[in-house]
Amino acid sequence: MAAVTATGVRRAFPGREVLSGLDLSLDEGEFVALLGRSGTGKSTLLRIFSGLDPAYEGEVLVAERRAVVFQEPRLIPWQRVLPNVSLGLAPRPAGGRDALRRLSLDALAEVGLGDHARAWPVTLSGGEAQRVALARALVREPQLMLLDEPFGALDALTRARMHVLLQDLCARHQPAVLLVTHDIDEAISLADRVLVLAGGSITFAAPVALGRPRDPGDPGFTALRSRLRAELGMPAAPEITPIYTGSRHKNGSPNRTPAFPAGRYRPGSRPPPDR
Amino acid sequence: MADVTLGSAHAVRPLAPAAVTLVRPSLASPRVPRFRIPRLARRFAGPVLVIAVWQALCDAHVFTAFELASPLAVIDAGRQLRADGTLQAAMLVSLERVAAGLAIGVVAGVALAVVTGLFWAGEDLLDPVLQAARAVPVLGLLPLVIIWLGVGELPKVFLVALAVIFPVYLNTHAGIRGVDMKLVEAGQTFGLNRWGLVRRVILPGALPGFLVGLRFALVGCWAIIVVAEEINAQSGLGYLIMQAQTTNRTDIMCLCLAIYAVLGIVADAIVRLLERYLLAWRRGFKGA
Repeated sequence: MAAVTATGVRRAFPGREVLSGLDLSLDEGEFVALLGRSGTGKSTLLRIFSGLDPAYEGEVLVAERRAVVFQEPRLIPWQRVLPNVSLGLAPRPAGGRDALRRLSLDALAEVGLGDHARAWPVTLSGGEAQRVALARALVREPQLMLLDEPFGALDALTRARMHVLLQDLCARHQPAVLLVTHDIDEAISLADRVLVLAGGSITFAAPVALGRPRDPGDPGFTALRSRLRAELGMPAAPEITPIYTGSRHKNGSPNRTPAFPAGRYRPGSRPPPDR
Repeated sequence: MADVTLGSAHAVRPLAPAAVTLVRPSLASPRVPRFRIPRLARRFAGPVLVIAVWQALCDAHVFTAFELASPLAVIDAGRQLRADGTLQAAMLVSLERVAAGLAIGVVAGVALAVVTGLFWAGEDLLDPVLQAARAVPVLGLLPLVIIWLGVGELPKVFLVALAVIFPVYLNTHAGIRGVDMKLVEAGQTFGLNRWGLVRRVILPGALPGFLVGLRFALVGCWAIIVVAEEINAQSGLGYLIMQAQTTNRTDIMCLCLAIYAVLGIVADAIVRLLERYLLAWRRGFKGA
């Protein structure tokens, strides 16, 4: 059984076609990561699958019980945490108010925020708010989870914890997951299959044949990382290009490597000041 | 280009060790809390000062009683009018008119805002009319209102309602349109239907706007009721002022004006309390 089958999906905005005949299918319980550069239509595809964007062409079938987690938590600020989680159960489930409350509390406990039920969303940290958003998605026992860069706004430490949590939750609830992300390592560590979206369609697909938990230093991991970097049009390795050699650009060198931000330089790569 | 300059700058500037003087972290203009007066006392100091100056000017015969009654005389007039029941009756009548007009105006304003805020057709149809009507001074309608509604209670309530509708409408409408589309989308993806969205996301999101409108409306409705009661009324605070004019009782005039001021402050305080409770989510207020 499939959780998503999409064939020939096209979506154009005034002036440009973002998706041009995309085919994609997800099996039940499969975790798929979708990588792509900014503006390639990853979020557009997710919006189509979630039902927010009806103006597409092509054939799209998605599981009936879906849940979306966005990059921002999108909690309703004037409702406390618990009713925010209950929102995931709209329309009301059988069993009335008590069932609603119990299921929501369970979901909240599952993401480790059982004692925050009465907190206001403004009082939560970024990671906590995103965990509430996860609980809100899980509480409806989705057959398909659509994650739109859900950890993109979190710090590295919190993100790593969220990865563990997400894997736990997925192992327990077994939804099909489509994770849209910029982060190659995130994609490889979490997904059963990684896809690259470029030029309006899927240009690369590969299963991640690695055991869990996955070690970013594993040869299989690094090989896939290099491959994905190439597919995304990034240099094969984080090549160190000190800014001092900027004259190369001036001389019309074919090297198109963009200047890396300062944080990417290893201290040793810096030439001594008296050069 | 910039890279090159940056590199050469590094190359020419020698890194000489600089002598560092250590000081305690303090500011040139330190804020030393000295004697602290309680906030409430500071807030009251201004009005009390104004009244004291007013009393002093009257005592010094800068103003005669014919021109401006002294605060003490105003208090005295208040006692007299309270003793014979005139003041209570007048206040009650005015309050009733304001309450009725306010209730009608708020309901109508919110209803219009919901219709225009939620439906584009409603906005296209109603908003131009409302914007045009808003530009008409309410008091300019007075002659027409008298022709339509006579000189009883109805025209007064109508005028108050009219003064309330527009601020409530405008601010609630802006509140509805200002609700974050991302929240609406989140609600939609979780299967909220239209009514669920309105009830759980859109209307609560418009509440801050509505409360701003309500505060404007409360000021406006008292301004209108004074004028409405000064023309063709047989009761109410405005009528009391008009009567005082015929007998040159500046003490009663000032008394009524002071009552208006106090009622305005009380009404505003009520809305602020309401905000504190209803908008508790804004700063994680845990409830009183």
